[in-house]
Amino acid sequence: MEAADTVRVAEPTPAPQTTASTPAPPVVLSARNVTISYGGVPAIRDVTMDIHQHEITALIGPSGCGKSTLLRAFNRTNDLIPGATMRGTITYWGQDLYDKRVDPVEVRRRIGMVFQKPNPFPKSIRDNILFGPKVTGLDVDPDEIVESSLRRAALWDEVKDKLDQSAYSLSGGQQQRLCIARAIAVGPDVILMDEPCSALDPVATARIEDLMRELARQYTIVIVTHNMQQAARVSDRCAFFTTEVATDEGGDRRSGRLIEYDLTDTIFKNPSDPRTEDYVTGRFG
Amino acid sequence: MVSTPARVAARAVDDLRAPRGRTRRERAFAALLVAASAVALVVLGVLVVDVLVDGLGRLNLSLLTSYTSRFAERTGFRAGITGTISLMVLVALFAFPLGLGAAVYLEEFAPRTRFNRFVEANINNLAGVPSVVYGLLGSAVFVHVLGFGRSLLSGALTLSLLVLPVIIVAAREALRAVPQSIRAAGLALGATPLQTVVHQVIPAALPGALTGTILALSRAIGETAPLLVVGALFSRRADSEPWFPLEAFSALPVQIYQYIGYPQEEFQVGVASAGIIVLLVLLLGMNSVAIVLRARYARRW
Amino acid sequence: MTSAAQAPAPRTGADAPERTVQLRPARPRYGERVVLALLRLCGVVSIATTVGIVVVLFVDASAFFRVPEITLRGFLTGTEWWPYAGAESGRFGILPLLSATLMVTAIAVVTAVPLGLATAAFLSDYAPPRVRTVVKPVLELLAGIPTVVLGWFALTFVTPLLRALLGVEVVQVFNVASAGLVMGVMIVPTVASLSEDAMSAVPQDLRLAAYGLGATKRTVVTQVVVPAALSGIVGAVILAVGRAIGETMIVAVAAGNLANLTGNPFEQAQTMTAYIVQAVSGEAPRGSLTYQSIFAVGSLLFLITFGLNVLAQRFVRRFREVY
Repeated sequence: MEAADTVRVAEPTPAPQTTASTPAPPVVLSARNVTISYGGVPAIRDVTMDIHQHEITALIGPSGCGKSTLLRAFNRTNDLIPGATMRGTITYWGQDLYDKRVDPVEVRRRIGMVFQKPNPFPKSIRDNILFGPKVTGLDVDPDEIVESSLRRAALWDEVKDKLDQSAYSLSGGQQQRLCIARAIAVGPDVILMDEPCSALDPVATARIEDLMRELARQYTIVIVTHNMQQAARVSDRCAFFTTEVATDEGGDRRSGRLIEYDLTDTIFKNPSDPRTEDYVTGRFG
Repeated sequence: MVSTPARVAARAVDDLRAPRGRTRRERAFAALLVAASAVALVVLGVLVVDVLVDGLGRLNLSLLTSYTSRFAERTGFRAGITGTISLMVLVALFAFPLGLGAAVYLEEFAPRTRFNRFVEANINNLAGVPSVVYGLLGSAVFVHVLGFGRSLLSGALTLSLLVLPVIIVAAREALRAVPQSIRAAGLALGATPLQTVVHQVIPAALPGALTGTILALSRAIGETAPLLVVGALFSRRADSEPWFPLEAFSALPVQIYQYIGYPQEEFQVGVASAGIIVLLVLLLGMNSVAIVLRARYARRW
Repeated sequence: MTSAAQAPAPRTGADAPERTVQLRPARPRYGERVVLALLRLCGVVSIATTVGIVVVLFVDASAFFRVPEITLRGFLTGTEWWPYAGAESGRFGILPLLSATLMVTAIAVVTAVPLGLATAAFLSDYAPPRVRTVVKPVLELLAGIPTVVLGWFALTFVTPLLRALLGVEVVQVFNVASAGLVMGVMIVPTVASLSEDAMSAVPQDLRLAAYGLGATKRTVVTQVVVPAALSGIVGAVILAVGRAIGETMIVAVAAGNLANLTGNPFEQAQTMTAYIVQAVSGEAPRGSLTYQSIFAVGSLLFLITFGLNVLAQRFVRRFREVY
């Protein structure tokens, strides 16, 4: 008999229609009719999509169509932006993420984020990694978690001799891998990445892309990217967004919409919507 | 370690709520911050109420128009009020042009040499020198060396030196707020740098510089220590008015200070607090002028 | 048909009139040079002020120390201060004045730093914009209250309050504690305003990173923002200490004018600044030892506050460089 105050677990929603023969992995995050507005102006409208476990899902499309906004909604980072409001539901393993009883802090422990511009703390490499476990009260052996996080972020060999040096002494690509290691140290379930390579050079970008494939075996990854080739290389599923003029709410404001969401292969080789095709073949955007 | 859906889902069921006590701890911390922020405001409120309670009763026209007297009912702040207003006018006349000139030079014309950076650092340090020390400086230089004696002029010059760093900083900020495009436009029309600065930049920066100056002046008016060192008098004979700058002078805060030193309660509490009300009203007036000035002339570039 | 006015023929190179346009050499603008020189003079006034302060203080202070009975060590370590009786029978140890100054400053800083930091944290990370627009001007107002008014408040409100709370035998009419507490409240705006500048300057990136790891707001403020803003905060505290040390009227009114070497804050004591004000209102003739002692005390005061200011600027500058 369930206690009255536990949150009911819904059944996983069915995977979208695919042409692949293997069944889709279980759904971790699910968005239903999500519209997010800033100060009353919608930035992205009516998004419905599922994120599957251990997949890399890429949100692609031209600038300004709300991809980062949607990404932030998945771990309630929009809560920290004044004036941001959301309609619709986002569920995590069937639980409503925005339920009144849910603590956003707990959400962010399970759904972490890596940002566009690497933002390590002004502390040593070791202290950067240990910050997360320390504030979330994880009972871990410090040296062990530092090493395992850095190894999983493919950074250990480069910094193992200088763990006490400032994080700012690393190069841009290394700093971003440090931020990934830092996010991993908390033991999340999902890692959200907001254009993680856009501030990095091609070599560093390639390293992080390799890293992502490795990480997907253990975590679920959602990435926003402007780089189509990166999406094609790295992701299992792609969601293509673009801006549309909103007709039903009066005025002619542009806001983002999900146009097509499918396996990456399908999006790039056989897209259903002409706008998708225009984008991935480089005709616009 | 691959978590199966069932295992993770089960873990997720009641896990997304905050652990016991966290909400309470967070709220307690926020409440602590609010309370601490309120302390200063509460003290300010208590002070104002205290001053009003003690002083309003004693405040009347004769207090403002009488000279000092041995008798608490007949004494007045006329000397101090006249002195303070005269000081204010003189300080404005000395310090504003000097401060604006220095700011214009440092901001628009001075090359970025080590010497000039030293000058800037020096101005910042001067702002932190205790006001008594300015009094000692003024006493030695204006009262004795230059021979102005313990006069209004000495007091005004001393206070001018005191507020000069503040005015320079405020004027520089006002100058910095003027966009570079204005200067570029002036030069492109064939004006010299000086013409551009005088005709375009300074007028644009003037409201901001004036506001900063008025605020600096309002601080100067409340200063007691330097005036005491320079030799402000407690009472002034009922001779001529307005005061000739080389005559002995008084000032409102100095008189207040003296009255506080009287053991009798009518003086220490009643008369002194009435004087404080006058001083605070004067300050409030000046600050209001500054705020109105800032609001009316605030330009959106 | 010819029109009365014909448009002028376009000038071509061939038939353009013989006129050369010369760029004249720059006119020597003497008026401008004078004005610029005047402006530079204004800029240099600040240097003259500093030089003036140093000269004025140290000339008389050195005369003070040249008196054979008075040594620098005796001045700095002597425990009795009675400068009114001439070189032989007078006492010129600064410790009573110095200890009173330090005691008042300590009380003020201990009061002001927690309150100021809490206010700064509240303003930078917790307060909604409307609250900020109210609180900040009120803090400015508090900072603008003349110190003689604050001294009056300490004497006529805080001291009776302390005496009521702790007993009339414990707390004297003039005491260091009242002055220190009120001075603390006076400094809160300085600490709060500068610390809040430092905290607001911490990039939003760092906060978002910490939130993204699952940190609570309290953790973000105390373990990310404050450490990142630390040198700016330290600079603010040092500046506040300097202001407390140089403050005159609150102590002159409420802490007393009797030089007293004591550790008890409920007794009266005279600070260095209060002594200067008292001594100049006395009738000490110029050139007398008492007169010169004023400048000796003033020199020490100036050195301490100037040193603190330089230190504070260094911290504030180091903070600005990081971001």
